[in-house]
Amino acid sequence: MAYISSGVACSHVPALGVASDKGITGDDYYGPIFKGFEFSKEWMEKEKPDVVFLVYNDHCTAFDARVIPTFALGCGTEYVPADEGWGPRPVPVVKGHRNLSAHIAQSLILDEFDITIMNEMEVDHGLTVPMTMMFGQPDEWPCPVVPLAVNVVQYPAPLGRRCFALGKAIRRAIESYGEDLKVCVFGTGGMSHQLQHKRAGLINAEWDARFMDLLVNEPDKGSQIEHIEYLREAGSEGIELVMWYVMRGALNDNVEEIHRFYHVPASNTAVGHLILENR
Amino acid sequence: MSKPYSDIPGTIVFDSDQAAEGYYLNQFCISLRLADNRELFRADPEGYIDQYPMTAGQRNAALNQEWNLLLELGGNIYYTSKLAAYHGINFQQLAGLMTGMGEDYRAMMVGGGRSIEGNRYQSEWEDE
Repeated sequence: MAYISSGVACSHVPALGVASDKGITGDDYYGPIFKGFEFSKEWMEKEKPDVVFLVYNDHCTAFDARVIPTFALGCGTEYVPADEGWGPRPVPVVKGHRNLSAHIAQSLILDEFDITIMNEMEVDHGLTVPMTMMFGQPDEWPCPVVPLAVNVVQYPAPLGRRCFALGKAIRRAIESYGEDLKVCVFGTGGMSHQLQHKRAGLINAEWDARFMDLLVNEPDKGSQIEHIEYLREAGSEGIELVMWYVMRGALNDNVEEIHRFYHVPASNTAVGHLILENR
Repeated sequence: MSKPYSDIPGTIVFDSDQAAEGYYLNQFCISLRLADNRELFRADPEGYIDQYPMTAGQRNAALNQEWNLLLELGGNIYYTSKLAAYHGINFQQLAGLMTGMGEDYRAMMVGGGRSIEGNRYQSEWEDE
């Protein structure tokens, strides 16, 4: 049977993709960030998941204002990196796992999570930057990906507790899949940041640290964080941190924190990263 | 509709009302993601933007690059940033413009960003 072995939380700052693509990951600005992920790439080489289940948000690329699904599950055979306005990132096409996706889609809906099914979908930096941070620059990504896009652009994003419950349903779906597959779940986005209007540049390192502590050790409590707290304390775009709770819900109640990294800034954003293993 | 976030200073939450108001403005902005559309806009800015039935206020704000006003009129930053990119303005430069900090913005971020202290409530921004 398929099972979930671990979880990864990771920011998706587009500038990190640009730094990787331009080969400037060692400079004074980006060097400390990529250094924080060196451990992670080594860990990932040992972890060797058969599939990554990747929770991310689209930035009006696959979904502009015409269609805004709250939860959209990728069910295709591949996902092509999109042109976000400066040409597609020079990264490999993301291969899907159609059979596992189909199983998860059916399982989730019968488990009362009425997700949208995406048989074709381009993916933007929200998905490809975490892949780069965790896998580096391979010619092909080492495993297929099942993507779950979450709306965090138009308010309201789904509540943290709903994301946490969805994570639990995703776990039930994966654990009822007949093939032996080791699955690593990614929750992406964050941490505190505000990109817009006069309060742009907001960073709240103290809040970010507390968020990570609660996520790891008291997820029942942390998943109750209300939207107004995210908006006020972590910035208008910091609310995308609810996606980390999908990942956390898919893991055991007890997890071991293998790695934590935090850095300010990448462009306008605080970068946060966790590796959690089931215990 | 309850809007408990309306007292956060310097912040326009892109909620359902804003999204409804800004729909055509945002669709105009996101169209500039594609190179072919950027060329059409460059060739005939007014003709191109008039394909999108936005308000005169939104139209003027878009043509005049009034970044904060665009947000106030229903624009969303992920959309307006595509218009900024068309003008060669990246996210960090755009933040410099929206905050009125210009080049100082980048230094603020390198120094740890804008503190949360004094920036939670509108009442803390007395001069605004």
